[in-house]
Amino acid sequence: MNYTALILLLKSAKMKSMNKRPANARLITGNEACAEAAIVAGMRFFGGYPITPSSEIAEVLARRLPQVDGVFIQMEDELASMAAIIGASLAGVKSMTATSGPGFSLMQENIGYAAMAEVPCVIVNVQRGGPSTGLPTLPAQADVMQARWGTHGDHPIITVAPSTVGETYAWTIKAFNLSEQYRVPVIILLDEIIAHINEKMIIPDPKNVIVLDRQRSTGSPDTYLPYQQTDSDIPLFADFGTGYRYNVTGLSHDETGFPTNDPKKIKSLYCRLNRKIDRYCKQIIEYKTEYLDDAEICIVAFGSSARSAFRAVRIARQQGIKVGMFQLFVLWPFPYDILTELAARIKKFIVPEMNLGQIAHEVSCATKSDVIKVNRVDGGLITPAEIFERIKNVSV
Amino acid sequence: MFPYENYLRLEKFPHIWCTGCGCGIILKSLLRSIERSKLAKDDIALVSGIGCSSRTPGYVDFNTLHTTHGRAIAFATGLKLAKPRLKVIVVSGDGDATAIGGNHFIHAARRNLDITLIVYNNHIYGMTGGQASPTTPIGKKGSTAPYGSIEPSFDISGLAIAAGASFVARATCYHVVQLDRYLEKGLMKKGFSLIEVLSPCPTYYSRPNRLGTSVDMLRWYKDNSIMAEKAKKMSHEEKKNKIIIGVLEDRERPEFCEEYRKLCDKIKDHRR
Repeated sequence: MNYTALILLLKSAKMKSMNKRPANARLITGNEACAEAAIVAGMRFFGGYPITPSSEIAEVLARRLPQVDGVFIQMEDELASMAAIIGASLAGVKSMTATSGPGFSLMQENIGYAAMAEVPCVIVNVQRGGPSTGLPTLPAQADVMQARWGTHGDHPIITVAPSTVGETYAWTIKAFNLSEQYRVPVIILLDEIIAHINEKMIIPDPKNVIVLDRQRSTGSPDTYLPYQQTDSDIPLFADFGTGYRYNVTGLSHDETGFPTNDPKKIKSLYCRLNRKIDRYCKQIIEYKTEYLDDAEICIVAFGSSARSAFRAVRIARQQGIKVGMFQLFVLWPFPYDILTELAARIKKFIVPEMNLGQIAHEVSCATKSDVIKVNRVDGGLITPAEIFERIKNVSV
Repeated sequence: MFPYENYLRLEKFPHIWCTGCGCGIILKSLLRSIERSKLAKDDIALVSGIGCSSRTPGYVDFNTLHTTHGRAIAFATGLKLAKPRLKVIVVSGDGDATAIGGNHFIHAARRNLDITLIVYNNHIYGMTGGQASPTTPIGKKGSTAPYGSIEPSFDISGLAIAAGASFVARATCYHVVQLDRYLEKGLMKKGFSLIEVLSPCPTYYSRPNRLGTSVDMLRWYKDNSIMAEKAKKMSHEEKKNKIIIGVLEDRERPEFCEEYRKLCDKIKDHRR
């Protein structure tokens, strides 16, 4: 899948903008970019419940969706929001919700349902400090593990984490594409900084944006198997109300979509559900590197911490320190193999993140090394100076 | 003989329900009402949550959606709004609809979303082994109310009326002729319709409470039900411990999907 085109498009547009101001240049927040990008991606159903710092996504969509014959509904809570977007997706409409920590916790049961029943949908979690009500108006990056393991049972999930307004735009579109392509719920982890920061970005012409749709069955409804084991491991979808009268359940089911207690069939389902992401992880995983070729130290960062990390790396380079940058765009599936390879020539990894070491733990697993953790959990963002200090003090 | 087989996934039988359960009575009544309403199978979505009643979708040849506990109405809300031409029917139990899913129930009624909700009210959690529910009467036992429930129970129909449903009716598994009629009316009514059906659970409600067999329960329904029109003329004392059956509400209120469509059109006119 060629996503590079989209990223390139955004990049080249950004460069052009330095010289003159094109008509499609806008100063917008991450939340606005996310909402607008979702519409470009074909999202036509939003069900949500207000929560800081994500509410602007709902507010923009409440205004925009009726203009494009989409549905906006403010549900009675987050459990209902998650349920409603699954219902809408089964009717064949791309759907999403947006929330923050407490709401994300409430959505977990039905996120598992979407994973189990293979219903494409996108969940935006604008992270705030936690646990519990925590810090509603301040940023954090502490829902990384919840995004992966928040719902019970072994389940497939994809999680992406942009770090700028432009990336939020691009990755919102990609989130829908990934969800449609692999029939999994995709989680977009923003944080309060990216959500509320105003940045200039060039809105790409929708004509140039890659938008993917789930593969639908074109065969006879009589022989349709909603959860058929195919070569791709991704079954063909059929919209409700199009003549394919099938059953969808959160119970363990066989290829027909009906509940089963047959151990063979149960195993086959769970293995396929998880294999679906494992086998395509090379296509799904994306990251960005800078100054890595001769680097002895590598910073691994994501989201708004990556912004500070890039700055710290550039300052360090000016002082002749051989440090490079590895920015994760996709957190789950995690790029274990790539980091393992990198560990062969990198002497020290530094992981700045606004939590107590969630991604650091994964980096440590992948690199089989003690990583240096730079953490903040006080509602403040990690500054370039904090990261630079740690780079300076590494003895390699 | 009514052609039930036209609507059933016969290969999924035998069903999981106990002998004497009311689920089958309600299912057959629903199928007869659907036939009379002339609804096409492709255009019907039957949505459920978790519980005995919620296993109904597995046995019928519609678009069927078996969701999480309590959330059927919320799933149905998304489905209906995304494809308003679908006739969306939700089957639920007393625990599913009024305990864990109570919030979605009242809000769907408040929005007056065009779906039909059928609540099989057997006063107990049957699927999980007979725990007390929000409709277990005071003094009646459940496995989690071994000394008898001390909680007042919900009036499910009253809740729907208060929240704004267009159509509300109550029947029992004994009053099948009326049930057929109420279900048909509910299916045809634009807006949120609730049909509450008192249903026997011989295994987990009647047995621990020594209420006899399923037939005894049906007889009890017969002897203790009063039609709504008659109940209006009765005193509060006379109605005590009686089941009021009949059409309890039938009114015209703006329906949510239509209101949403109007909103979209208005915006576009304004922009033009």
